[in-house]
Amino acid sequence: MFRYIIRRLIAGVITLLVVTLVTFGIFFMVPKLTGTDPALLYTGKQTDKVAIEGARKKMGLDKPVIEQYGLFVKGLVVGRDYDDGPDKTHCPAPCFGYSFKNQFNVWQRMLSDLPVTASLAVGAAVIWLILGVGAGIISALRKGRAIDRAVMTGALAGVSLPIYFTGLLSASIFVYTLNWLPSPGYSPFLQNPLTWAQGLILPWITLAFLFAATYARLTRATMLETLSEDYIRTARAKGLRERTVIGKHALRSTLTPITTVFGLDLGALLGGAVLTETVFNLNGLGKDAVLAISTSDLPVILGVTMFAAFFIVLANLIVDVLYGVIDPRVRLA
Amino acid sequence: MTVKRRAIAAGAAVLAMALLAACGGNKATTTTNSNTGAGFNAAVGKVVNPSTKKGGTLQMWSSQDADSWDPAIGYYAFVWDLNQLYTRTLVTYPAQPGTAGLKLAPDLASAMPDITDGGKTYTFHLRSGIKFDDGTAITSKDIKYGIERIFAQDVLPGGPIYLMGQLDEGQNYPGPYKDKDPAGLKSIETPDDSTIIFHLKAPYADFPYLLAMPGAGPVPQARDTGAKYALKPASSGPYMFQSYEPGKSTVWVRNPNWDPSTDPIRKALPDKINLTITSNADDLDSRLIAGTADIDVGQTGVQSAAQIKVLQNPSLKANTDAPPNGFIRYAAFATTVAPFDNIDCRKAVMYAADHTALQTARGGPIGGGPIAPNMLPPNILGSDTKYDPYNIVQGKPQLDKAKEELQKCGKPNGFSTTIAVRNNKDKEIKSAEALQQSLAAVGIKANIYQYDGKLLSTVIGAPDNVKKNGYGIMIAGWGADWPSGTGYLQPLIDQTFILKNGNYNLPEIKDPQIQSLFQQTALETDPTKAAALYNQMNHIVMEGAYYLPFTYDAALNYRNPRLTNVFVNQAWGMIDFQALGVSDGK
Repeated sequence: MFRYIIRRLIAGVITLLVVTLVTFGIFFMVPKLTGTDPALLYTGKQTDKVAIEGARKKMGLDKPVIEQYGLFVKGLVVGRDYDDGPDKTHCPAPCFGYSFKNQFNVWQRMLSDLPVTASLAVGAAVIWLILGVGAGIISALRKGRAIDRAVMTGALAGVSLPIYFTGLLSASIFVYTLNWLPSPGYSPFLQNPLTWAQGLILPWITLAFLFAATYARLTRATMLETLSEDYIRTARAKGLRERTVIGKHALRSTLTPITTVFGLDLGALLGGAVLTETVFNLNGLGKDAVLAISTSDLPVILGVTMFAAFFIVLANLIVDVLYGVIDPRVRLA
Repeated sequence: MTVKRRAIAAGAAVLAMALLAACGGNKATTTTNSNTGAGFNAAVGKVVNPSTKKGGTLQMWSSQDADSWDPAIGYYAFVWDLNQLYTRTLVTYPAQPGTAGLKLAPDLASAMPDITDGGKTYTFHLRSGIKFDDGTAITSKDIKYGIERIFAQDVLPGGPIYLMGQLDEGQNYPGPYKDKDPAGLKSIETPDDSTIIFHLKAPYADFPYLLAMPGAGPVPQARDTGAKYALKPASSGPYMFQSYEPGKSTVWVRNPNWDPSTDPIRKALPDKINLTITSNADDLDSRLIAGTADIDVGQTGVQSAAQIKVLQNPSLKANTDAPPNGFIRYAAFATTVAPFDNIDCRKAVMYAADHTALQTARGGPIGGGPIAPNMLPPNILGSDTKYDPYNIVQGKPQLDKAKEELQKCGKPNGFSTTIAVRNNKDKEIKSAEALQQSLAAVGIKANIYQYDGKLLSTVIGAPDNVKKNGYGIMIAGWGADWPSGTGYLQPLIDQTFILKNGNYNLPEIKDPQIQSLFQQTALETDPTKAAALYNQMNHIVMEGAYYLPFTYDAALNYRNPRLTNVFVNQAWGMIDFQALGVSDGK
């Protein structure tokens, strides 16, 4: 197991390096190939030659592309210095870059915004797992009955309605009309857990509503398939209680695909729940990404992309390890 | 995203907006607001809720963060307005509604300048008792250093550079970070701590306006951190930075070293000012209407859903203003692209345009602004909103006249052209579509080319590119950097302002009469006499049919009724933020 994890970690690092190369290529090479100058994005309305040259130098665009990438990777390993005029700013390793537009270290910014995204993603994940998997099991066990139809109709609605619809609507009703909830927002858990939960409850529910629908449908389909397996019939024929058949035999088998999807979903969300954070104005990684894209802040776009990729790689690794725990038939090799 | 999915997404968004508009009714207005609204446009030309009551926290919101809090870099209109909280300048605009706000008044200076040497030397004396937030005295050297920073364009790009043009005088001053000469910028003298003298190469009557820009404010050299200065600029005004998180929030608290007796402009009523940046403009509107936000400092207007809700409800509408903000939205004709090298072809478009449709595309009479008949906005002295040489304000296309002009320009059956428009400006795209549709009625086939709006300076702002790609019509907008005819018109019509990149004289007007008038205005220190010259320039531009004006830009903005001292300062083209207070002290 240990060797397997080490091997996967090395593969993960290589994957991340490839991601940096591709992302770097897209954001630094494409403008060059299309004949646009990224430095102009930093100089505002005026196009003073010194300003353009200064921006080009600051961003490293005056150097060959290979050297630019080398400096980026070097920054990840040993850090970099950036010229501020009267002095220099040191960006310590792992230096994911420096936002020249907003004057912040990208890595530090992501670390400070990660708790927001993590609070949102983990809270919503708990809700959607409980509701989605629970609803899927009930639906599978009551197949064809009213409750099954009701759950599947709800799931269809959840999958169909986009977050910017449910988010805006729920805030309008529960916050601004009924005044049942405070305005959504983030405050640190350790500062006041109650305020933390109150501020996030609406984003959690909105996000969970979307994901729970998918999990309900997935659980139902997998459960129905499992329930038709021979070993389930055998278990019932042996006289096992229905609770044991469902809980110990059927559900365990159902969990494998759910774990796969859950790992990827949670990993993707930890890289930034773009729509939910934007709709509810939560200052997490997703909002950073939107802000960076809207202001063409290339170092931040690069950093957020790498951060998101890191979580996907990590989630994949955890899921693969968990397979062996959930399903003894899977052996890690 | 496929067309179908886009359609579904768009439908969902529209449905959400409609439901949002339907939800809430009037209840939200009573959650925290006890005051009744002062009336639609009550803050235009007069003060809403005049008060001297101090205390409380002003809750400002915006869907866009400052481009920079560094006075040398910030260029957004709302950022200049907010700079008044922490940046004082030698002269500034009085905190008054109406045209009174347009006439410069002394701020850090004890009086308006002594102008000598035929208009080439400006001498200012500073007030006594003026201090930075750390208690150190503000001297003339701090003001000189602040201006010198503008020259460090390699480190501090993005702000206005007009002062460089007036003060460099061939020195090629590189800014204070690279300069080795202890004398610094030679065109500025500081014989003592309270005197500063500017030597211009040639008279420039608008020079004091350049000194009213935040970049001309004082910066203490010891606290200058270069590019990072934007994170916590020193304060010479009534508030200082407590915190700033880019893209998230800014908090200002009282500057204990600001002495109100030295400041005739600012009231400094709230104890604290919060600026929250939101990614959801619709949510911001909800907060404004619910009274949990006081004002949107972007002042770009409420979103469609809130606009419907507000305009349908008289009690909500009473908390709104839609003043012209000093911008004109227009189409410019490239005189280097055929057939717009022919004045009659340009006039054909002027007459064929459906001005009401263009106004609707901009957001209608309230959300977009009144139809503009000419190219000088109402906040500029010399403007004449009744001057309408193409009978534009009546709103309808004049197809017969358009066809006559087409005959004259030798294109009786119309012609083909391209309308270039920014892809990130929804209202501009709609304007292009409205223009395209109206031109089709006289046989003018216009293709719309959408380009990345961030690259304006190299797409339509590059004359070679315009000619090469045949952009006959270019949709744009312009607001003056200072409220004078020179500030508004010079970048648009002065041939010496035609640049290889970043050009705003889009038609590439080269008119000797205009150049002669600009030479006269440079010498004219009497605003009334200068106004007559700007009026003449406006006539020349309109007679030449270089620009098709759409609207005097306006936006419907909501103010929380708990706000005091609310008025539109014409110099900023929006609410004067430094004057605001809160009536409930919370």
